Amino acid sequence: MRGRIAALMLLVLSCTASAQSTVPPGGADALPIEAGPPDAPPAETVVAGLSSDSVAITASFDGSDILIYGAIKRESPIPEGPPLQVIVTVEAPSSGVTVWRKERKAGIWVNSQSVRIGAAPGFYAVATSAALDDILLPEADNRYRISLPLAMRAFAGQVAVESAVPFTEALIRIREDEGLYRLDEGSVSLIDQTLFRADVSLPANLVEGAYKTRIFLLRDGHVIDVFVAPINVRKVGLERWLYRLAFDQPFLYGLMSLLVAVAAGWGASAAFQKLRRP
Amino acid sequence: MQIYLPIAEVSVNAFTLIGLGGLVGVMSGLFGVGGGFLITPLLFFIGIPPPIAVATGANQVVASSVSGVLAHVKRKSVDFRMGGVLLAGGLVGSWMGVWVFTLLQELGQVDLVVQLCYVVFLGLIGAMMLQESIRALRRSSKPGHRKRLHQHNWVHRWPVKVKFRASGLYISVFPPLLVGLAVGVLAAIMGVGGGFIMVPAMIYLLGMPTKVVVGTSLFQITFVTAFTTLMHAVSYNTVDIMLAVLLILGGVVGAQFGTTLGAKLRAEQLRILLALLVLAVCGKLALDLFLTPDNLYVVQPGIG
Repeated sequence: MRGRIAALMLLVLSCTASAQSTVPPGGADALPIEAGPPDAPPAETVVAGLSSDSVAITASFDGSDILIYGAIKRESPIPEGPPLQVIVTVEAPSSGVTVWRKERKAGIWVNSQSVRIGAAPGFYAVATSAALDDILLPEADNRYRISLPLAMRAFAGQVAVESAVPFTEALIRIREDEGLYRLDEGSVSLIDQTLFRADVSLPANLVEGAYKTRIFLLRDGHVIDVFVAPINVRKVGLERWLYRLAFDQPFLYGLMSLLVAVAAGWGASAAFQKLRRP
Repeated sequence: MQIYLPIAEVSVNAFTLIGLGGLVGVMSGLFGVGGGFLITPLLFFIGIPPPIAVATGANQVVASSVSGVLAHVKRKSVDFRMGGVLLAGGLVGSWMGVWVFTLLQELGQVDLVVQLCYVVFLGLIGAMMLQESIRALRRSSKPGHRKRLHQHNWVHRWPVKVKFRASGLYISVFPPLLVGLAVGVLAAIMGVGGGFIMVPAMIYLLGMPTKVVVGTSLFQITFVTAFTTLMHAVSYNTVDIMLAVLLILGGVVGAQFGTTLGAKLRAEQLRILLALLVLAVCGKLALDLFLTPDNLYVVQPGIG
């Protein structure tokens, strides 16, 4: 079942800050302040929705598409300068991984050095409205951890190698090949700096958990607003029942597996016996 | 038809799995090997995480060997007494093997040890069997040569002799016990039933006739792999029943075809085929060890 679930989420205002943006600071007597202080509420905010806020993994699950759409809410005309840009990320819960590098020892290739990465998302997709390097400043990237290399963090234990960079690059490369990490530059369509939509396809080898969607509004390389929405990915029906049984009642589950195996083996044997001597 | 596996958490083609099970089932019925040494690497190849491939492979082997052993029981080619002795050794060995496996895991390099084990054992056994069966083929083509029932060697001089009637042997109980134990250890470390080691050991070490070797080996494998499956399910939660059912579906049917086919082929031809198969798998694994890999980096889940 590849269709998107049509239950539309209501458009939700991104934050309460936008509602207060019209109140001048200091009351009516105070002189209007020329340029807003750095922590002033943003002049432009995101209003967004997802085509579905949950993904059900059934036995025939082979991936799912999620449509992320929205609009830019502003109190003033579109500012001058470089155009508005949008980045959409979808990420799975993080887990620890160990990246090994093979080395030739006595003629054979063995795992030699390793870097343990404390938290790397199991799935991470970045969709942008233009080339990532052109629209996002490194400072902003560092702060919000948007690009692929920054999505993983916290090296676990001591890093015994000279540089961990080749290891994290290898992890990204391997997961990109598996379709788990993706950077789709220019895949967010933005109309009149106001309306946008992005289609993110979730792969078939999805792991369940609380996924997170982030939408970043950018101007001149700076993030001016962020919208976060959860996507709940979970197994349902038979998948859920088997999974729970395997972890809650492992002995029973093991016996059940054996029973299935023995019954199948015996059944086939009996059936073929009948076939041979009709 | 894609299907999502609940424990492995990957989506795979159901028909690929059924076909894979069928292929291994034919091997199982034909040679009396459980097929674990084939199914486990094949499952790695289609993207099943290794611990799940090992545990589920064991479960699949249970089904195909039950199917195979029943066919052999009907043909009276199972030596139950010998099977029981081998099994006693096998269960102890498998328990010891799991302990060694855990130790290796703590030291790291489990993959390497497992791969080296495969290459060394498959290489030795394959070469030995090929040489022996080619010699046997040449000998049987010469007229007037009398074949002996089996070779007598050092194994036949040990104490506590027991009569194994179905095998036509009167030997000490210790050699089969030790064979069972050794195979059990290796089976647990390599994550297989151990039939591909068991069968040659029965023929060349114990001197059992080929006709009962296959059935007896399957009998022993059924119980050892059932024990392994249960152990994996309880301690690591790595048995994927959905994956197992698909593999079994193909496997049980394949095993029946394999047994029928095996009854029609000559023992020497069977041995040459098995030898070639074992050498092929060995060659593939050895190449992986010696050739420069495409990707020098490997990602493993967990930070243990």
